[in-house]
Amino acid sequence: MSARRVMSSEPSGALAWDNVISVKDLAVHFPIGGGFLTPKLFVHAVEGVTLDIPRGSFFGLVGESGSGKTTLGRAMLKATPITRGHINYTDEEVSYDLAEIGKLELKDYRKRAQLIFQDPYAALSPRMTVRDIIAEPLEVMGLTENRQETDQRVREIAAKCRLNLEHLRRFPHAFSGGQRQRISIARALVSNPRFVVADESVAALDVSIQADVLNLLKSLQKELGLTFLFISHDLSVVAHICDHVAVMYLGRLVETAPTRDLFAAPRHPYTKALMSAIPSLDPDNRGKAQKLEGEIPSPTNPPPGCKFQTRCPHAIDICRKEEPKLEHLGLEHDVACHRWKELADSLAPAPA
Amino acid sequence: MTLLNVENLTLEFDTDEGRITAVDNVSFTLEPGEVMGLVGESGSGKSVTAKSIMKLNPENAVYAPGSKIELAIGNEQIDAMSLKTSRDMKVVRGGAVSMIFQEPMASFAPAITIGDQMVEQLLLHKNMTKKEASNLSVEMLERVGISDAPKRFKQYAFELSGGMRQRAMIAMALSTSPKLLIADEPTTALDVTIQAQVIDLMKDLVAEFGMGIIFITHDLGVIAQTADKVAVMYLGRIIEQGLVREVIRTPAHPYTQGLLHALPNLEDLDAPLTPVPGDIPSPLERPRGCVFHTRCPVAMAGRCDAEVPQMQNVGPDHWTACFAVEDQRMAS
Repeated sequence: MSARRVMSSEPSGALAWDNVISVKDLAVHFPIGGGFLTPKLFVHAVEGVTLDIPRGSFFGLVGESGSGKTTLGRAMLKATPITRGHINYTDEEVSYDLAEIGKLELKDYRKRAQLIFQDPYAALSPRMTVRDIIAEPLEVMGLTENRQETDQRVREIAAKCRLNLEHLRRFPHAFSGGQRQRISIARALVSNPRFVVADESVAALDVSIQADVLNLLKSLQKELGLTFLFISHDLSVVAHICDHVAVMYLGRLVETAPTRDLFAAPRHPYTKALMSAIPSLDPDNRGKAQKLEGEIPSPTNPPPGCKFQTRCPHAIDICRKEEPKLEHLGLEHDVACHRWKELADSLAPAPA
Repeated sequence: MTLLNVENLTLEFDTDEGRITAVDNVSFTLEPGEVMGLVGESGSGKSVTAKSIMKLNPENAVYAPGSKIELAIGNEQIDAMSLKTSRDMKVVRGGAVSMIFQEPMASFAPAITIGDQMVEQLLLHKNMTKKEASNLSVEMLERVGISDAPKRFKQYAFELSGGMRQRAMIAMALSTSPKLLIADEPTTALDVTIQAQVIDLMKDLVAEFGMGIIFITHDLGVIAQTADKVAVMYLGRIIEQGLVREVIRTPAHPYTQGLLHALPNLEDLDAPLTPVPGDIPSPLERPRGCVFHTRCPVAMAGRCDAEVPQMQNVGPDHWTACFAVEDQRMAS
């Protein structure tokens, strides 16, 4: 049995659940094509990812479409089959290895880990009242004894997400995008999860509303002691809300660091390119950004060596042959690049 | 000569729930070679405004009398409001005016090759043989940076990546050499690194072809990088317009200020994100007076909710419609 109770009385136990999620050498492959006569091919959506998500952190996962960020997030929720490797989930009560989790344990895990979707227009059933939408997880998982208790719980969480009693009686179509996203958040949090994956949860919202939802997520995280995995393509949003950031490219982790370190001194050429591609608000600062050529290669046919070599302005021979390993370069800052040191030195101011 | 002159454009939609005002008294002009950004949130009427130039709005659209859209094509002055049948509109649609849409996958026909679609519109609008049209199409695909253009020419939209599809869309829109290009959120569905490439490409093409562009987006960063002037829309009305530099550096209207504050600032990671309070009202419950007064931090009761503020000059080539700004200028 893979589940074990962590003894909370044990003093050394405290360290054991420092990380809510601990991913080790994870691979997720999806079969594509392949029929009676043609060989089966695999998309390596996530390959060799090792990552720790500290308890109580707001962890950002950034990458372009096709980078595998959503698949990695789903694997952490056991919403996609795991091909290789391990994902350990630990809280003060239980510890699971998601790669080998059993059916009953998975049911329990669903309470503890939840997902907030991207599109608040598609995620809510138009035929259910807001109260029923938020109450559904409680009823399905059988978390409450009776209707009173369910109502009580729904009202509590709705109030935390700034929805009032009047809102609960209405149907989703009557709400704006920001309000709908607050309903989705209430639904995700109603089962009292410890770990929440927010997949592009503000991408569909207008800027003026986006800030409001981000602030709400952040305050809920503090109030309820949650750990968030915030998946986004928008580095500027991640910079503001997350305390840790991991950058993905073509299924690989290329750089991970505390937000401040990453933005002060990005080491991977891809991270640098991503940052400089954010359109500057300064009309006089046009076209100074370092531009990347080409597009992200297809994950069915990834290039050999470093996956970024086809677009990297610094690629040399070794990059085309050998895949770089994630290297530890200081306090929690990891990077997977053959030339990070060399490039960092060449950028450093010359000694006087 | 002014390429496009829109005056007092007011457009309403007849729906089951009543008449919805989508565009309210919008006026602007565009010169050849000029890029104008049209910024606003969803429901602000920016797309509807642009579509009315090509008369692409659905049947239930009612243009108020007095609305004026004039296009100068060569020496000809075209009054877009007088175009009734789709045959009349051929001059405008795809001919003098081209449009690029947000979702390139949705705007290409899935079962016709990219090449056939490009050739088809050239045959419709230009006096060309099929051979000439194919050659021009391949050339345009190369111009927008698509490698292996002859091969791509024969492929279907699903065989291209997102960035390449958007490039093909741009190539197609420009192949008829339009005088005016309407780009409706052309980079929103793209990844940032691809967005940067497409923005660069569009800037190059303006310099080369010299057409006017209306660039619709919700992203002020994209506007700062591409446009010469900008109009900020809210609930169907232009609330501020002027040179990009002026509007972004010294925003006058409380809504524009709010929008800029709500953007995450990479220079200062500690700065709190300040949302514009409240939600956009439903178009069915359009506020009286200034459309923004329900969310405005400086709204004055009895004035902003009763009277409509008029556009006034607040700086070199910079206008806004706000009573608070008006009072401030009077006082100083």
